[in-house]
Amino acid sequence: MTKPLLDVDDLRVRFHLRTGTVEAVRGVSFQLGRERLGIVGESGSGKSQTGRAILGLTPPPGEVTAKRLAFDGIDLLTASKRTLRTLRGGRISMVMQDPKYSLNPVMTIGEQIVEAYQAHAKAGRREARDRALAMLEAVKMRDPARVFSLYPHEVSGGMGQRAMIAMMLVTDPDLLIADEPTSALDVTVSMEVLRILDELVTERGMGLIFISHDLKLVSSFCDRVLVMYAGRVVEQLEAKNLREAQHPYTQGLMRCLPTLKDDVRPLPTLNRDPAWAQ
Amino acid sequence: MLDIQNLQVVFGTGRLRVDAVKDVSFHVEPGAAYGLVGESGSGKSTVLRAICGLAPITAGRVLVEGRAVTTPRGKDFYRTVQMVFQDPYASLHPRHTVDRTLSEPLAIHGEKDQEARILQALREVGLGPSFRFRYPHQLSGGQRQRIAIARALILRPKVLLLDEPTSALDASVQAEILNLLDDLRRKMGLTYILVSHDLAVVAHLCERLLVMRHGEAVEETTSEALRSGVASNAYTQSLIQASQGFTRDAKEPVRSLAG
Ligand SMILES: Nc1ncnc2c1ncn2[C@@H]1O[C@H](COP(=O)(O)OP(=O)(O)OP(=O)(O)O)[C@@H](O)[C@H]1O
Ligand SMILES: Nc1ncnc2c1ncn2[C@@H]1O[C@H](COP(=O)(O)OP(=O)(O)OP(=O)(O)O)[C@@H](O)[C@H]1O
Ligand SMILES: [Mg+2]
Ligand SMILES: [Mg+2]
Repeated sequence: MTKPLLDVDDLRVRFHLRTGTVEAVRGVSFQLGRERLGIVGESGSGKSQTGRAILGLTPPPGEVTAKRLAFDGIDLLTASKRTLRTLRGGRISMVMQDPKYSLNPVMTIGEQIVEAYQAHAKAGRREARDRALAMLEAVKMRDPARVFSLYPHEVSGGMGQRAMIAMMLVTDPDLLIADEPTSALDVTVSMEVLRILDELVTERGMGLIFISHDLKLVSSFCDRVLVMYAGRVVEQLEAKNLREAQHPYTQGLMRCLPTLKDDVRPLPTLNRDPAWAQ
Repeated sequence: MLDIQNLQVVFGTGRLRVDAVKDVSFHVEPGAAYGLVGESGSGKSTVLRAICGLAPITAGRVLVEGRAVTTPRGKDFYRTVQMVFQDPYASLHPRHTVDRTLSEPLAIHGEKDQEARILQALREVGLGPSFRFRYPHQLSGGQRQRIAIARALILRPKVLLLDEPTSALDASVQAEILNLLDDLRRKMGLTYILVSHDLAVVAHLCERLLVMRHGEAVEETTSEALRSGVASNAYTQSLIQASQGFTRDAKEPVRSLAG
């Protein structure tokens, strides 16, 4: 077997607050090849913190430990700050869950993409600008030139999300962590964005971690899925078999979804069993 | 309850002029729930923002309970109409604890029993008292969205403008929030306008909906029609189809896929 692109073993993230310790991630392990790995799970189950820890972006005073955390053979736990900085936003990118929060409010969208590109590729201003415009077009912006010159507060929710995706893909990463990348997009645009990600995986061999709470989307888009609950992976399965999930939490999740077909009211909710968190 | 008449919203001038909303009209009865759907950038959020005075009304009128709104909106307006924003990160003050976020509207409107109301609001959105003194950055995406919903509900307004209220939430919390919204509507006759890109969510909560595209209203339809898959408009039809999930065989081959 070829060595995995990403190797995560016993990842833990803790926050020591005055009111007690929050264990956001409690021993997550998985390996990722050049594939689409979905992470689903309830709100607060540790999906985003898992992604951030891989990038070394755990907010202070968060504490990260792991038996192993390696990207393409590079040990991320012991790597120098410099190595991490070059990897981050270059070979490893993350599309954050909160696009507007992660975009710089006082810089136009276009300038931010240009800057991201130039930070990792030796390129002139002209080339960087063309690349940025091409990326904005690739994420289906209606008027790339206009969006290029807009500030983050001047774009819609979905446009902000796509701007963020454009910025993260402009450096051609080997690993992309996409945290709810399409949650603010209408279905038609979201399909286009997924198609771009899909191409990068199938044609360029990128590895993709796709964090989402949209089970239907994950089961139709990803190869494998990790189901998280209370900071742990409670189930790992082939994405297409999500409907046959064994864990009562995963089964319950599937039942809570409203559908266009039937009008169920009230919607079924989950009876959380404390044992699931053990 | 709400009357939107020939609403037009324009941002910028010259080369940067955007006609975000062009001549949109609709009417929402008291106690009804009305959906706005349509592609990204089609002007859905702008319609809601114009109603609450956060985007300019370039032309047209917005009437709440039969009266045209005043600019700036008064204290009374915000007692009647509250909004949950699409972007909970931007709408929660980063240096305010959950407690402060929830007590502020109560204080502004001179409400009593703050403590009990805050705890109740947290309970309603499925969060325990341990979240009360956290800051936004100490919450997950879905937890923040729930705080934003709790803040909008805490004054018990008559109208709630909901911009993608559940798109950051997993299925189980989404179900809880949708049930809560359904419940509040039945018990207190709340009126909703809901923006969502999830047609199943819109069909669940709303009776009628407006499909928008490029700032225009393309079709007003009913959830009944959505459920039975009938749409006179081709764009609405494509929305219904795309809501079935991702397919690798693209209908419009943008670029062919390898393999
Ligand atoms: N800075 C912090 N301090 C304390 N607790 C935190 C902090 N950041 C996150 N948490 C907690 O860690 C847990 C995991 O958060 P995370 O953001 O990973 O959730 P998530 O699975 O991404 O949820 P969502 O689907 O709602 O985005 C949550 O309970 C959250 O409240
Ligand atoms: N303050 C602003 N200045 C300039 N343009 C703006 C401003 N706010 C919104 N726009 C533009 O108005 C248009 C409609 O935006 P709006 O946020 O209403 O879209 P939306 O339908 O809510 O989309 P989404 O589903 O992506 O959230 C977009 O083209 C956007 O760039
Ligand atoms: Mg998250
Ligand atoms: Mg919007």
